[in-house]
Amino acid sequence: MHKDLEDYDGKLPGKMLQELEEKCPAGKLKKAAKRLYEEYLAVKVDSGESVGVVAAESIGEPSTQMTLNTFHFAGAAEMNVTMGLPRVVEILDGRKEIKTPMMEIFLKAPYNKGKDIKEIALALKETTFGELVTEFNLNVVDLKIDVKLDTERMKQLSITTATVVKSLEKGIKGATVKGEGSDLVLKLKGGEDKGLNELYKLKENVRKIYISGIKGIAQVLPVRRHEEFIIITAGSNMKKVLELDFVDAMRTTTNDVQEISEVLGIEAARQAALNEVIRVFEAQGIDVDIRHLMLVVDTMTVSGTVKGVTRYGVISEKSSVLARASFETPILHIIEAALVGESDELNSVVENVMLNQPVPIGTGLPGLVAKIDKEKLEHGETK
Amino acid sequence: MPKAKASEETKKELKEMAPEAAPEEEEVLLKSGDVGAGMTPEESAAPSAGAPAAEAAGEAPSAKRESVMATPQYIFKQVSNIVFGVLSPKLLKKMASAKVVTPELYDKEGYPVDGGLMDIRLGVIDPGLRCKTCGCKLKECIGHFGYIEMARPVVHIKFVPVILSLLRSTCHECGKILIPKEKLEKSKSILEKIEIEGGLRARRKAIKTIIDSLKAGNKCSHCNAKQSKISLEKPTTYMEGERRLSPIEVRARLEKIPDEDAMIFGINPATVRPEWLILTVLPVPPVTMRPSITLETGERSEDDLTHKLGDIVRINQRLFENINAGAPEIIIEDLWDLLQYHVTTFFDNDVAQLPPARHRSGQPLKTLTERIKSKEGRIRHNLAGKRTNFCARTVISPDPFIKVNEVGVPKVIAMKVTVPEVVQPWNMAYLKKFVERGPGTYPGANYVVRPDGKKKKITEETKEAALEELQPGYVVERHLMDGDITIFNRQPCLHRMSTMCHKVKVLPGRTLRLNPTVCAPYNADFDGDEMNLHVPQTEESRAEAEILMQVQTQLISPRYGLPVIGCLQDSLSGSYALTKFAELSREDAIQLLIRAGVTDVGKLPNKKTVNGREIFSVMMPDDFNFEGESRSGAKIVIKDGKLVEGVIDEKSLGEGSGFLLRALHRQYGSQTTIDILYKVFTLGNEYLQMTGFSIVISDFDLPSIAQEQIEQAIVEAENEIQTLIQQFHEGKLEAFPGRSVGETLEFKILELLNKARNKAGQLVKEHAKKDTDTRIMVDSGARGNILQLSQISAIVGQQALRGKRIEKGYRGRTLSCFKKGDISPLAHGFVRSNLKKGLSPQEFFFCNITGRDSLMDTALRTPKSGYLYRRLANAMQDLRVEYDGTVRDATGKIIQFKYGEDSVDVSRSENGKINIQRIIDTTE
Repeated sequence: MHKDLEDYDGKLPGKMLQELEEKCPAGKLKKAAKRLYEEYLAVKVDSGESVGVVAAESIGEPSTQMTLNTFHFAGAAEMNVTMGLPRVVEILDGRKEIKTPMMEIFLKAPYNKGKDIKEIALALKETTFGELVTEFNLNVVDLKIDVKLDTERMKQLSITTATVVKSLEKGIKGATVKGEGSDLVLKLKGGEDKGLNELYKLKENVRKIYISGIKGIAQVLPVRRHEEFIIITAGSNMKKVLELDFVDAMRTTTNDVQEISEVLGIEAARQAALNEVIRVFEAQGIDVDIRHLMLVVDTMTVSGTVKGVTRYGVISEKSSVLARASFETPILHIIEAALVGESDELNSVVENVMLNQPVPIGTGLPGLVAKIDKEKLEHGETK
Repeated sequence: MPKAKASEETKKELKEMAPEAAPEEEEVLLKSGDVGAGMTPEESAAPSAGAPAAEAAGEAPSAKRESVMATPQYIFKQVSNIVFGVLSPKLLKKMASAKVVTPELYDKEGYPVDGGLMDIRLGVIDPGLRCKTCGCKLKECIGHFGYIEMARPVVHIKFVPVILSLLRSTCHECGKILIPKEKLEKSKSILEKIEIEGGLRARRKAIKTIIDSLKAGNKCSHCNAKQSKISLEKPTTYMEGERRLSPIEVRARLEKIPDEDAMIFGINPATVRPEWLILTVLPVPPVTMRPSITLETGERSEDDLTHKLGDIVRINQRLFENINAGAPEIIIEDLWDLLQYHVTTFFDNDVAQLPPARHRSGQPLKTLTERIKSKEGRIRHNLAGKRTNFCARTVISPDPFIKVNEVGVPKVIAMKVTVPEVVQPWNMAYLKKFVERGPGTYPGANYVVRPDGKKKKITEETKEAALEELQPGYVVERHLMDGDITIFNRQPCLHRMSTMCHKVKVLPGRTLRLNPTVCAPYNADFDGDEMNLHVPQTEESRAEAEILMQVQTQLISPRYGLPVIGCLQDSLSGSYALTKFAELSREDAIQLLIRAGVTDVGKLPNKKTVNGREIFSVMMPDDFNFEGESRSGAKIVIKDGKLVEGVIDEKSLGEGSGFLLRALHRQYGSQTTIDILYKVFTLGNEYLQMTGFSIVISDFDLPSIAQEQIEQAIVEAENEIQTLIQQFHEGKLEAFPGRSVGETLEFKILELLNKARNKAGQLVKEHAKKDTDTRIMVDSGARGNILQLSQISAIVGQQALRGKRIEKGYRGRTLSCFKKGDISPLAHGFVRSNLKKGLSPQEFFFCNITGRDSLMDTALRTPKSGYLYRRLANAMQDLRVEYDGTVRDATGKIIQFKYGEDSVDVSRSENGKINIQRIIDTTE
């Protein structure tokens, strides 16, 4: 750091110092730093500022202007992703199951220049038995199914008949599998009491059996982005994808915040949620300062797990009975509080509104510390 | 029934000015220091009925008034905490002031019966009567609880799941929990963890699973008694195997549970003993929270709760009689069940398995739970939201001639809504004049308040006496006058700028007037919108409103750090036209500036003709330097207060951008900025007034070359699509990866049509008549955009429904005038015509489809986003910046170590940042 800036180390945010050092000619660095510091002090938040409410307003107010639609994003052939208000709700709810999970898989060199990109993409995709089959032939008399395999497809995915048989044996009960080349025979085990119904069911079940690829990845799409190839997928399975050696684990990401929390931890989940919310607001052309979004995301993640802004999540953690009761299901909260003998210490907002007392926020925060002559007070003398 | 015991502690002297409401009655004694102060008469008649903290209100004694001064009142007491618990039968009896034994309400004279539900020991609701318990009159007595001795115990519906869990997990012989001693400690620590994660209910569930996992058979590990399975027959019957457990037996079992085992269930024996969950004594809520209404016919109509209590007492007495008479068991059981039903519906009339108790008219009764819960319930309706006096509401209308921080108040309102002013020796003469004029002449006064709190209405008759009486210490409630502080608001209050402080300007007429520049923060228009006006009644509130809430303090949005208040509509067109084209004679220019409120025109150059930029410069401060961009990307340079270069438009002055305003605000503060804004606003409008401004249909005419080019572009696209469709039918079309051929075709068609439309738009932009008033509106950002312009004059374009072409309608086609399977643009919502030419019937229909869809979208979105907002607000309302710079919640838990990682207040920043480049550039 430049010596003229050393005085301000710790007084000014690092990013500002850095920007100043980069942009400012050394000659006027000292003066500029002084002015920056003055301006910074003028711009700092006041103590007691109710930043929470401001953040809630800043997100709540523009959300009335958002669209309700699911949009396909950027370019004609890409995938459908939940956007707009439903997506914001989804993220802030901290849902376990999101509507359109999606991954952006970055690749290590040389694959990111397009080497074997199609093969890699195909290998990622979850392949089920049904996709490898050209023809099912139900033989009711012998209670068996003759299956014709799509050898071309299998070659693409480098799957052999043997591996298919293996996975099928693992996956189905009540039937034997035999196969060679492009032909496969599934035979129902057991006696005559079984009929067409069972056979039909077997056929349907067998379709869904997992053969290769990564579970959960339903669609793959190699895309060129900024001079490199990445793979966008519908469906998400971060844990498995990150284990692959051609994947650049540093940059690969998913839009499922809960999954990130499980795989990469809470700090990553916070950042992911933040990125996702920002992305939605930006796509809608809504200008919301990042500080508000950070505060929301931080309240969701302080406890160490991703908690939604719902009565089961963040709001259930409130200390005040009345604050919880004023949100949803008041009776339940009062009953629970009564059983425990809970005490509401009245240190947040709504309770004090209820009791007509000053709210401990903003101008209601400061108190007065004064020495009071007890004797005089008892005699009713007040100055 | 859970009750809150409010413990009040003297905390500190909390000075507060009188917050009381002024009821519209003569000579009402004002109570002071009450927690319930500030309620309207109707509300204080039923003080927070049903709310658990009901008793809290009563304990605060009225502060004694010692000095002659009327206004300052000191509140010595403050509620420090509220403890929730369940009252024991013993305490219930002790707390009750009457035992209710008869379902009758009144005797023949209409006087409340002793031992009835309207017993005057329970409080009074009739004027003239005095409460037998406290001796107070109506509105003074807050009411007292009574009790009903239950002939047989009944289960409290709200505790049913808890009781079930207790019965299942404890031994019916010794009452101990069914976990062996040696495993108890370990189980406890597991339960602690579960409670932290999932709350109390999860904890109770976990106890059961722990016991099941122990596989202790069904023997109690403490006394070896055999346990049988206990189930719940909803709603309130417990079964042990096939045998029914009566509430008496249940209670007996609960009694046996030792205190330390109750604690494992998350029940605190200090506040609740398990057996109290079975009711042996039922508290009767005070009469004041269930007042009866006297109808016009003189008939009394009782409250729903009274009805329900009447049912309970009646059945209870019948049960008593039958038991004493030794009636057969079946009859007693039936009555017992009936009693259980009535008590259950008394608490909650919305229990899933029970038919709700109804009025004779068939409408369900509103009992305790219904009173508390939901949006219209006590908590959200009466406690978290309150009503006020000294407010007004009417339709709003615009008035560009009042200041931005003013509000035009109709005289009628100004004479009704008042401001209290304390009489001092030095203002006595001044205030006497108001009293002299009385309530009928403006500006007069409506009330005089004596130091003892007595309020007197001023009328022609009492005027003389009031004048005579007036002396320092009295309060005169005078009419609203110019310059008074008021709070102005429009719902929905989506952000803090929805409630701002304006100064009064009394005007003729019957609407509230506001300057159109503040429409944006309120999101108001004048198609019939109404707004609310509040008049703060104390010096503190006025000071706070003026310093923190006035319009100029809210100029910069805390959402994105740019102005939310800016020029709009005509003033934008005007400023744009002025700075772009205007050449005026010096006389005209001065005339214009004077009309805009600029009195010092010395800055205007001494030339015969001056241009618009020079006129605009007059309003800028002399040392103001600014560099920015206009909407077209051209540079704007203001040097030493002179607009050297550039055109002023929406980007400099508008709401949501307003970079010029932002720069002014930073350098000169809010007051100067709002003054300049007002002048710029008026100047823009006045310029248009002077030059005239109107639009013509020929503004949208295009030269024939442009028309041809547009036509050509469309035809080209159509042809291309035709070949695509042909390829598709022939199966030659190649699909995108991961897409079907059909989808690919759709994508391609959409892309082509959009391309054609964009090209048309581009052509319109190039060829449409320049410098028409329409173009001024579009280019300045006042109204309309180039897309709308091209829709009017060139082509409307594809109507997209959910990101696709229109596909809905009949089978295989959108409308019956098309052939089945037609995938041409025209059959799927491509509107080839323009709005000037007019649309074909099909096109018109397609436009209506998308129009209706977007209408639906808006209607469905509003409640969704409203709920999201409510959740966010509830979750984050008590986050605040502490004195150490951290962001913490109410309990002191740290959410952020530094607000936004750099402690920058967005509403003081420039679009969320400090502009370091600017600081460097301006540093010498």
